[in-house]
Amino acid sequence: MELLKLRDLVFSAGNKVILDRFSLTVEACEIHALVGTNGSGKSTLAAMIMGCEGYAPASGDIIFDQRSLNDQKIHERARLGIAMAWQEPVRFEGLGVPEYLTLRDSSLDPAALLTAVGLEPSLYLHRQVDRSLSGGERRRIELASVLGLKPRLAILDEPDSGIDMLSTGDIIGVVKRFKDNGAAVLLITHQEEIARIADRASLMHRGRIICTGKPVPVTAWYREKKYLAWDGE
Amino acid sequence: MSDFESLVEAFGAVGGDQAILGRNDIAHLVVVGHKVLSSHSIDGLSVETQETCDGISVQVKVAERARITQPVHMCFGIVQSTGTQRIQMDVRLEKGAHAHFIAHCLFPEAKRIQHIMDAQIIVGMGAALHYEESHFHGPHGGIEVIPKAHVTVGKDGQYSSEFTLVTGLVGMLDIDYTVEAGENAVTELTTRVFGHRTDRIKIREAIILAGRNSRGLIKTRIALEHEASAEVTGITEGNAPGARGHVDCMEIVKDRAVAKAIPVVSVTSPLAKVTHEAAIGSVDKRQLETLMSHGLDSEEAVDLIVRGILK
Repeated sequence: MELLKLRDLVFSAGNKVILDRFSLTVEACEIHALVGTNGSGKSTLAAMIMGCEGYAPASGDIIFDQRSLNDQKIHERARLGIAMAWQEPVRFEGLGVPEYLTLRDSSLDPAALLTAVGLEPSLYLHRQVDRSLSGGERRRIELASVLGLKPRLAILDEPDSGIDMLSTGDIIGVVKRFKDNGAAVLLITHQEEIARIADRASLMHRGRIICTGKPVPVTAWYREKKYLAWDGE
Repeated sequence: MSDFESLVEAFGAVGGDQAILGRNDIAHLVVVGHKVLSSHSIDGLSVETQETCDGISVQVKVAERARITQPVHMCFGIVQSTGTQRIQMDVRLEKGAHAHFIAHCLFPEAKRIQHIMDAQIIVGMGAALHYEESHFHGPHGGIEVIPKAHVTVGKDGQYSSEFTLVTGLVGMLDIDYTVEAGENAVTELTTRVFGHRTDRIKIREAIILAGRNSRGLIKTRIALEHEASAEVTGITEGNAPGARGHVDCMEIVKDRAVAKAIPVVSVTSPLAKVTHEAAIGSVDKRQLETLMSHGLDSEEAVDLIVRGILK
């Protein structure tokens, strides 16, 4: 069953075309990896699906659960079940980690969410989501907060970014946990090891999807730079 | 209800524990207008007051090496809607003394009130003072608050202050604090104010790092809405080798509010270093979008961000 359908999305920044009649479908309960070089438009796409200001498509449709999202604001999309773990999560002065993890549901257990992303709760429950956290810590807390939202679609924008290589297994575990909870995952990543846990993968190049299929061949195509020979058709 | 009862009630209404005013192990002072209604000294700490022709004079002395373990509570206020309160405060911590003062400034019905504080604070060698001052001005905003302080921190001394005015209207606030830090002294000034309607806020805080290896931080957090305005001047001078200072000012504005920040940093010693950062403007877009992506609407998100910076 199609959960997210992106159809012919067009988006430009200045004279540069970022998304060029971009189309993609994410099925319910699937992990769909999206790979592509820096600047290929992956994060723009994530911001567009979430509804961030300045990222509305010039044309095309964003359909979620058979409903058009084009006119929906961020919080309305969130309340429909879309959540996003940002590539570079912002910091909040004066906002405690437990408060951040339970913004929508005060009955959640922040310690359990921290444990799920590989953080020792006793070291973080008294902290704030501010500059005292390292980049990797902040990213894990962002993942924990999205996990707590129990989304139907989780957009994870490079969840491994800034996280030490020894913890790749933790990140893979978190991504799988979304699926176990019944969510679909749009997984943006550069790491083959992480992309390979997906049910399907798509390779993005020049603002379009140039191939979709099983993760192993798609990531191999990406690694071997075969997309460079793509002629646009 | 007596003035004392009214002030104590206001103290309780803003979250104060009224029982502390009856405890023998906690020093306190309660001043309404120009009358001292209650005062209590403890071992190592003396509180003396004089009612003068146009105000009140308070002397607080903490004896050498005295460690005052419980915070000292000082309630100042006017319970009527009009009036003037003028306080001359002299605080002296002798060598090695440690104390924590909490000043509660309560003007719950203020419509035409002036509160003027002029403080001289001396923190002796190796002494440490933490001074908290929280204000409640009620819903009318008819008040002028003009606190001035000159603080001298001796060698190896520590002084930190926290000024908070985040409940009710501000009225007109004009803070003028100067701290002079001696050798190895550490000082930190934190101010949090939330301005609404036509509140006018003017803050001038200066740290003079006069001693070798002295340290100073000025941290100001202001939120403004409606037609409120604020001008924040944070001054740090590094005048001795090894001195390190930083000015950190954040002002968030909504509606038609106007904010201005003037960081002034200077050094007269080539081995001193002072830095500043100021962020003024509307709520950070990325913060807003992050909270909205968690399902908060824009109003809830702004409220949470503002509460955070004022916490």
